[in-house]
This record gives sequence, structure tokens and C-alpha cells, in this order.
Amino acid sequence: MSAPMTMTEKILARAAGKVAVEPGDNVWVRADVLMTHDVCGPGTIGIFKREFGRQARVWDPDKVVLIPDHYIFTRDEKAHRNVDILRDFAGEQAIPHLYDVGTPRYRGVCHIALAEEGHTRPGEVLFGTDSHTCTAGAFNQFATGIGNTDAAFVLGTGKLLLKVPPTMRFVFDGEVPAYILAKDLVLHMIGDIGVDGATYRAIEFAGEAVERLTMEERMTLANMVIEAGGKNGIIACDETTRAYLRTRTRKRFEPVANDPGARFLAERRYDAGALEPTVAKPHSPDKRALARELGDVRLTRAYIGSCTGGKITDFINAARVLQGRRVAVDTFLVPATTEISRGLRSETVDGRPLLEIFQDAGCQISPDASCAACLGGPRDTFGRINGPEVCISTTNRNFPGRMGAKEGQVYLASPYTVAASAVTGRITDPREFLP
Amino acid sequence: MTITGPVYVLGDNIDTDQIIPAEYLNLVPTIPEEYRRLGSYALAGLPLQSGAPTFVPPGGTTTPYAILVAGKNFGCGSSREHAPIALGAAGAKAVVAESFARIFFRNCVATGELYPVETTERIVDAFRTGDEAVLDLEAATLTHRRTGTVCRLRPLGDAGPVIAAGGLFAYARQTGMIAAPPPESRVVDSGPAAGPDD
Repeated sequence: MSAPMTMTEKILARAAGKVAVEPGDNVWVRADVLMTHDVCGPGTIGIFKREFGRQARVWDPDKVVLIPDHYIFTRDEKAHRNVDILRDFAGEQAIPHLYDVGTPRYRGVCHIALAEEGHTRPGEVLFGTDSHTCTAGAFNQFATGIGNTDAAFVLGTGKLLLKVPPTMRFVFDGEVPAYILAKDLVLHMIGDIGVDGATYRAIEFAGEAVERLTMEERMTLANMVIEAGGKNGIIACDETTRAYLRTRTRKRFEPVANDPGARFLAERRYDAGALEPTVAKPHSPDKRALARELGDVRLTRAYIGSCTGGKITDFINAARVLQGRRVAVDTFLVPATTEISRGLRSETVDGRPLLEIFQDAGCQISPDASCAACLGGPRDTFGRINGPEVCISTTNRNFPGRMGAKEGQVYLASPYTVAASAVTGRITDPREFLP
Repeated sequence: MTITGPVYVLGDNIDTDQIIPAEYLNLVPTIPEEYRRLGSYALAGLPLQSGAPTFVPPGGTTTPYAILVAGKNFGCGSSREHAPIALGAAGAKAVVAESFARIFFRNCVATGELYPVETTERIVDAFRTGDEAVLDLEAATLTHRRTGTVCRLRPLGDAGPVIAAGGLFAYARQTGMIAAPPPESRVVDSGPAAGPDD
């Protein structure tokens, strides 16, 4: 009888073909999905061809997912060349999952597109050449970011050597108040443990408050474990997970649950009802403060977008605050995917389409779904910080220069807090605006 | 193996956006000309006090600093392999830091671009940018040449030989774990371990 295992340990044991693993074990893990995008795909493909040969074939074309999303709506020639490299590779290798620019299949931000297209399946292993690949942990998938060289190795062999991480468990008890969003939960947690507090570790989110969250909100939690240095985030599979996936995939999947008696490196409990709207100050996601303490901070812009803050629920939440109001600073909105972009027309708040609410509020809405200015990007990127701006953003990182110019300052917050702050032009607790 | 040269000193939580800003991620590291350009932008995202030396001198393409000395959580943030590659392409050989972000550390080993070496104590206050130092990987020490201060390092273990070979694939071939690459993909001598092969 083997020792009881956590969800992460169980997925890795299964993928390694072993009865049991424990933290610290180095195991060869079979990949169920390898995702790459326009920024890291070309380098990955370059290494794959150099190391496995020009005529080499990927281990399983159906398990490779190519999602151009980073630098799409730009005049930068190299950015276009990089998408061409993905396109050529998909053709040559007969990879069915290319979400190509300029076609109806284009989706946008990879971590959200992976979910929308049913690639985030419970109990499986997803590797991606992007640190926010951990987002898919919301679906009970082991998902982690890797570099180009490791990704090239996976392309050729379907396997990767991994060290099994111990799990830190974060339990949010009780009910989340109406003015609190998943971003507040995760910024609170990162503030507690710091930007290296989970290095080499898995982070599990659990508790009644997490169970009540939508998949989109759970993705916000899992997305930001990397901001604490985590290797992967993980959440149990339940009816919410299954309901989301029912329309997204027909593939069978086998979720995992913690064994009774599974061991955790640490367990922290929070009373969700006691949380207040939370902000991370420049220039680090762990510089925690409460929105109500930062009323003196004058802003020059607001930004709503990215894999962590540009989902349809993020826009619905922003619209609840912006409905019937005007923004006082430049406010940029970037839907993460084309599906979300369409949702801005079809979803309503108080009977009014989101798009109308945002237009009336004076927001600038990107017609194109992509990563946009979350990570700066080429100079002509929509919403990019090109000077000493003070920005409040629903994105996940605020390191120096993250959204463009080094002189810029970025405050991270929930869609409620960002929308409320956009209205006043200073950092604002959204309770002032919510019913 | 020893690495000798001037050090470049940095603080805690130096993230991948500071190491290589996202606007340069349109460059593909496996294309030699773009590999070199990545080197010229190494640490271009670092906010600097006026007058402080840049890692790569203005207008230059390589760095005079062989060794970076840093605090906690070096390389946090993105999984971009461009980060260790930019530092290696600029000519740096090692980062000696209190701790590393996991993906950056792994990318250093996988690419063989840089030795990521952990210290056993905080050392950023013992060095100033430009100080000459000797990094002895076998002895696991970093020695300040002028003051003679010896900092103890954590051994690299099995990662050391992988980096020395030039990364994961080169090591796997050298040790017989995987077969030699097919002849059609071979290019002219790819040079030393840290080279950017095509």
C-alpha cells in the first residue's frame, strides 16, 4: 500500500506510469498536450529541427497546440515572420490544432483559448512555453511553463523529466463577499508568501469559497501561482469544471482528488468573508495593499485584459461598475479571445450589452483579441505604456517595464477595483460603487 | 573549472522583463544573427541610477562582466528562454545568486548558456559592480580578488556537467543517452558550448 498522494502527485504518478511518487522524485512524465505560441514557438521549432533533424516528425501531432497570440496586431515584420514559422510547421507536421491569425480559427490569448477549445482536461499533463500555462490547473490538470529547449525535447519525445513538487494548500473558507473577486484572493495570498514563496512547489486552492467560483475565476487563481514562484496550481474537479468542459471537449478524462491523509508542505486557511479589495503596488505582485489605503494614488490610465483579467466574467464585473458612469482616465479594454470579444456584444448588464456600457463610459476597446500590452510588446501595441504612466491593471505582473516603458508604474487589482479607479482617476475601493 | 572576471551586481527579484524586455521577444534565439542581437539587449529592462554602468555598454553587443552577482529569486516571471540566452549571448558565463526562479534555473541548464549558482548566504553587499572575482565551480567558491573574501556556494551537482557540455541535448549525446543528430541537420562547427548553433 503506497502513501496517500496529493492531486499533483497522483497526476504525475499516472503520467510517469508509476503506482506512486513523492515530492522530490525525479520522474519522466508523458505529456498529454504541448502548447506553444508565436513568441517561443519559432525558437522551439528551431531547436527541434536542429536536434532531431530536418525531417523529424513530432511525437504526436494531435497533442501539439499552436496558438499565436502575443504579437499579432502590429506592423513588426519579425512578429509576422514568427507566425509564418508556426503556420509552416503546422502544415509540414499535419498539426490539426493551429489557431491561425486571419482565419475564423484565430482565438487569442493561449491560456484562455486552451480552455475554450477543450485542451484543459482534468487529470492530464499540459506543458506550455509560457509561464502562465499554470492557468489550466483550474481544470485539475497538471500544467506548467517550460523553456524552448525542454519544449523541443517534448516535441521529439513526448516526455519530460520533472521533479515532483510538494503541495502548499490554501483554503478559503466561507462566502466571498459581493465586492471581492478571485484576483483579491490571489493577491492576498501572494502578499502573504512573497514572489518566491512557492518556488518549486505546487499550490492547491480549496475551500467553500473556491468551490463557489466560476471556472473563469478559478483560472485567475491558478494563473497567478507563478507570481509566487509556483510550479503549478491545482483545483479539484467538480460539477462546475464538468459543466464548462461538456461543451468544449468530447475526449474522456479522469480527474484526480487528494487521497485521504495526503501530505501538504503547508496549509493556510483564510476567511473569505474578511477579505478586502486588494492591490499589488509597483513593482512587484507581492507588494500588497488595500485599495482603500491608496486613495492618494493618482492614475493616468486603466487597463483590463490578459489571461488573468480579460475573460468574459472580468468584463461583466467591470461593466457592473462602469454602467451609467464615465471614466476619468484613458481606459483600455482588450478581450483575451475572439469568443470573449463576441461576448462583449452578447452579454448584458442591466439589459445593456457590455460593449455599449463601455463605449458610453468612454473606454477604448480593442477590436482584436490578444496579449496586447500586458507584457508591453512592440511599440505600436494597443494600450502599451510608452512613458511615465501610472496604470491600474487587471493583468498579472507589474515588474519594472512590464507593460512597456521602465518609467511606468503598474498597480494590479481586480476588475471591480480597476473599473472603480478608472471612474475616479485615483485608486478606489469598489465598495463605493457596488450596490 | 574557474571563471574569472568583473562582476555585475544586482538586487532581489530580477525578473525576465528586466533581463530581456518583451519588445525584443520577436527575435528567435536559434537564428544566429538574432541570437547576437538578444545579447546586445541583455538587461536592457533594468532601471538604473543615472551614471551607473549598463550591463552591455551603449552601442556595444557584448558585456565586459563575466559574472552576475544577485540576491533572491533571480529570473522570476516569464518562461522565456530568451532570458538566459540574452545573458549568455552577451558573454556572461555565470549568475551567482541567493536563489533562482525555477524555470529560469532550468532554462540555464537546458541551454547550457550560463551557470546558475546559489550562494549559502547573502553576498550582494560584499561586491560592487566592476570588482574582479574568481568563480571556482569545483570548489564551489566565489572569491573577491581584492579583498580576498571567499563566498561559499551550493554545488551544482548533476546540472554542472550538463551546462559544461552545452546544454541538455549536447549532454545527452555526449553521454550516449540519445543518438547523434542526423547528418542533414548538422551545421558547420557550432563552436563552444554556449554557442547558438543553427
